[in-house]
Amino acid sequence: MVTTTTAPEEARPSTPRKAGRKPKSRLPRSKLPYLLLLPAVALELLVHVIPMVVGVWMSVLELTQFQIRNWSEAPFAGLDNYRATLDFNGPVGEELLHSFWVTVLYTTLSVGLCWLFGLFAAVFLQRPFPGRSLLRTLFLTPYALPVYAAIITWTFIYQRDTGLLNELLTVTGLVDERPFWLIGPNSFWALLVVSVWKQWPFAFLCIMAGLQNVPTEMYEAAAIDGAGFWRRLKDVTLPMLRPVNQVLVLVLFLWTFNDFNTPFVLFGGSAPEQADIISIHIYRSSFITWNFGQGSAMSVALLLFLLLVTAVYLLITNRRREHA
Amino acid sequence: MLAASVTACGDDSDGGSGGGAKTLTYWASNQGASIDFDKKTLEPELAKFEQQTGIKVNFEVVPWSDLLNRLLAAATSGKGPDVVNIGNTWSASLQATGAFVPFDDATIGAVGGKDRFVPAALAAAGAPGQPPTAVPLYSLSYALYYNKKAFSDAGITAPPTTWEELVTVGKKLTKDGKWGLALEGANPSENSHHAFAFGQQWGGEWFDAAGKPTFDTPQNVAAVKRYIDFMAVDKIVNPSNAEYAQNQSITDFANGKAAMLLWQAAGNAAKAQGMAPDAYGVAPVPFPATAPAGGKKINSMVAGINIAVFKHTKDKDAALQFVKFMTSDAEQVQLNKTYGSLPSVTTVASDAAFQAEEQKVLASVLATSAAPLPQVAEESKFETLVGTAMKELFADAASGKPITEDAVKEKLSNAQQQMGS
Amino acid sequence: MRETAGERWARRVVLTLLTLFTITPLYVMLSSSLKPLRDVQGPFTWVPSRPSFQAFVDMWSTVPLGRYLVNSLLVSSVAALISVAIAIFAAFAVSRYRFRGRQVFSVTVLSTQMFPGILFLLPLFLIYVNLGNATGIELYASRTGLIITYLTFSLPFSIWMLVGYFDSIPRGLDEAAQVDGAGPMRTLFQVILPTAIPGVVAVTVYAFMTAWGEVLFASVMTDENSRTLAVGLQGYATQYNVYWNQVMAASLVVSLPVVAGFLMLQRYFVAGLTAGAVK
Repeated sequence: MVTTTTAPEEARPSTPRKAGRKPKSRLPRSKLPYLLLLPAVALELLVHVIPMVVGVWMSVLELTQFQIRNWSEAPFAGLDNYRATLDFNGPVGEELLHSFWVTVLYTTLSVGLCWLFGLFAAVFLQRPFPGRSLLRTLFLTPYALPVYAAIITWTFIYQRDTGLLNELLTVTGLVDERPFWLIGPNSFWALLVVSVWKQWPFAFLCIMAGLQNVPTEMYEAAAIDGAGFWRRLKDVTLPMLRPVNQVLVLVLFLWTFNDFNTPFVLFGGSAPEQADIISIHIYRSSFITWNFGQGSAMSVALLLFLLLVTAVYLLITNRRREHA
Repeated sequence: MLAASVTACGDDSDGGSGGGAKTLTYWASNQGASIDFDKKTLEPELAKFEQQTGIKVNFEVVPWSDLLNRLLAAATSGKGPDVVNIGNTWSASLQATGAFVPFDDATIGAVGGKDRFVPAALAAAGAPGQPPTAVPLYSLSYALYYNKKAFSDAGITAPPTTWEELVTVGKKLTKDGKWGLALEGANPSENSHHAFAFGQQWGGEWFDAAGKPTFDTPQNVAAVKRYIDFMAVDKIVNPSNAEYAQNQSITDFANGKAAMLLWQAAGNAAKAQGMAPDAYGVAPVPFPATAPAGGKKINSMVAGINIAVFKHTKDKDAALQFVKFMTSDAEQVQLNKTYGSLPSVTTVASDAAFQAEEQKVLASVLATSAAPLPQVAEESKFETLVGTAMKELFADAASGKPITEDAVKEKLSNAQQQMGS
Repeated sequence: MRETAGERWARRVVLTLLTLFTITPLYVMLSSSLKPLRDVQGPFTWVPSRPSFQAFVDMWSTVPLGRYLVNSLLVSSVAALISVAIAIFAAFAVSRYRFRGRQVFSVTVLSTQMFPGILFLLPLFLIYVNLGNATGIELYASRTGLIITYLTFSLPFSIWMLVGYFDSIPRGLDEAAQVDGAGPMRTLFQVILPTAIPGVVAVTVYAFMTAWGEVLFASVMTDENSRTLAVGLQGYATQYNVYWNQVMAASLVVSLPVVAGFLMLQRYFVAGLTAGAVK
């Protein structure tokens, strides 16, 4: 084992392998991997892990505007915040639970649609045709717009009296009475559409990059075997995309679940009940009403849920990958 | 020592005794048509201050969307500006953080004394019984703005003074795609301001003497229902207003799509939207024809912007000098004139700049029939919860659901329960 | 491999629908930016009846758009470049080495993606302020602080994604290089990276966009001088009015450099590029 600490020395362990011995599939153990990880670990500690620990600490404090200035001396509240938050019969817990279910539905639909759109766009853009690169850029454009601008445009489209959507619906005679999109039951669908519009280019980007590693010979071989479009998709494309998909779907899920910008800009800080997704709910419970202890407790509960889902997801997908 | 350095307004105080250039950081709120406009407005004034005192002020115009979060961050960390503008409804909430210099008698004396300020405005600068956490800078109140041409076309000679009249007039004006009244139904804080003023007229209080929320009292239910009913029952409000949260109601008013508007100092906004000042009239917000039991003669909240000093400032004297400067007669005239608001000091009320019809109405409301929002630490919660409950009621009304007293009560009870934690 | 008629039609229909879905809001932006404010506020019309470029002129003075644009471009590019560099090293370690803590690292890093921003916004802010007081390096309200924050936002996903790409590169390539006497760094830079270019490009774009669009942290952690577009554009919604036409005009203009960047990166997505290199 090499014990030196300077970088050039670290790089050495692989050189002796030159001597004709058949190398193992992995490079040998050394300090090199730790050195490679160091910047990532240090930054994640600074920006995510330590603040997060502080955040968890906040969740067991009584922390409102009265304590915020000297919050290290805020009174210990034990599990009081959690009790109030997770008592689903109480007013606070009931709203949180409602918000939770709205978010689950929203996330499931949004991730599913983003992935489908991204997959089909990427697959259909594999074959060269005139205008292909134009479409590729166009599809990425929603991603290039500043989030605020993109969402405010949708707000504009959704206006009941002056928006494009109702204009389309009334001109085509689909509706008689102009519906509301930013308040009431439709607001959920309005939110979903914006979320998909904004997010699917990312799925497209990743899947497109993932498809680069699928050798064209595999398609040709499949085609010679007489595989049609769906068979090729199922037998060649999807298995080859599996490593990309595994991360992509998980990350889309996490982002959408924690998505704050979309409802915040679309509904201006107080979302309608039907679209009261959890991030905006927590924002309202901590920042607008200045109850940081309770807001933190909600966040920690949310975090535990996401950890659980992620763990289960990774277990299942990894097992499947190993079996495949 | 303090008094000595601030009483002078001439050239003799050369930045105090500290030597070297003193600097202050000031966060201004967005009062004008754009951030750039505000900068151009404030720059020459702050240059004057530097000339007078040798104190340089670095300032930033913080958009409203960011201001409260930034204040909170500054209060939490003890790092940030020396002097800030705050929305006056935040006063008690911010006061509770203990991050601001209290304007006790000595402190307020250093900026000219308690009696300088308009009493109603000073009452909206912190919890009663405690020294104010800020002093008023720009003052505003609600008024009824009406489209003169629409009124004369419909043969209406005088603006309504009671809600009953307003409904009658509103029905006359609601035709041909035009509506009697415009309101900002999806904006929680606008809603809550009306909930407060209507509540006062119906004899309701949102908090009892001990500071406990009393949202769902029959008086408050009746008051909120009256406001929602303009859309739900009287149908003088376009149902689309239920989704308005970006000042679209001013737009509707300026474009003639709605003939009346309840707003605080809408003049500049209307002008910015292309409506000439002689196209609209201004009247006090109406009252019920017969006052309900316990009803008060209140038709506006005390609206406005306060100016506060952070405790973490390195130079409290300089900061107070700056507050004194901003609330001085000359600056009060100059700034309030530019922003279309009212002076927060009594000495310049009769200045020629504030004798237009709009300013006179607003000033008289502020002097006689305005009350501050409840000055309790949970005020922002009240605005959010009650305002959101009303937003939901408007959404129901817009989709044609009948708004019963029970429905209103249920929403308000629900909001009240969420205060509990 | 020929495309059947059915596939061709499916392709046309799907791509047309996606194009319409994508382009409609973009068109609304364009047409609204060409209308006077009064027309924008009125009922929707497809074509501006009185087209005007006034919004494209006014937008620069309503808010300091130029400064916001420079800030955003600077913060996003620097954050993206650093983030990708760090991610490449980390992903290389995870993909090519077995070491104690590998699994822990992977899972921990990914789990940071679950942290609700609301929860650690305030603590992070306090840490920055205290670090600033202790070291004299201004992190709060500075572009440096934003860069550090944003690069860590994109880091976890970048690492995971690159591990995925690196894993799909046959190890035989590394081994061949090692046989030729290449050390780990040469293996990474001369063998793995060239093969993983589409992945690296995708991750760079992602890291850039993460910083480009972030609103919540920027609204607390910036001041006038370091404010980014993501929050700066809100300045068009003032006390009096929302300058819809200027918001749209500004959005279009500030997106141009980014879209141009996408166009330039296009060639890295040309199918077959890597396949040829590998084989």
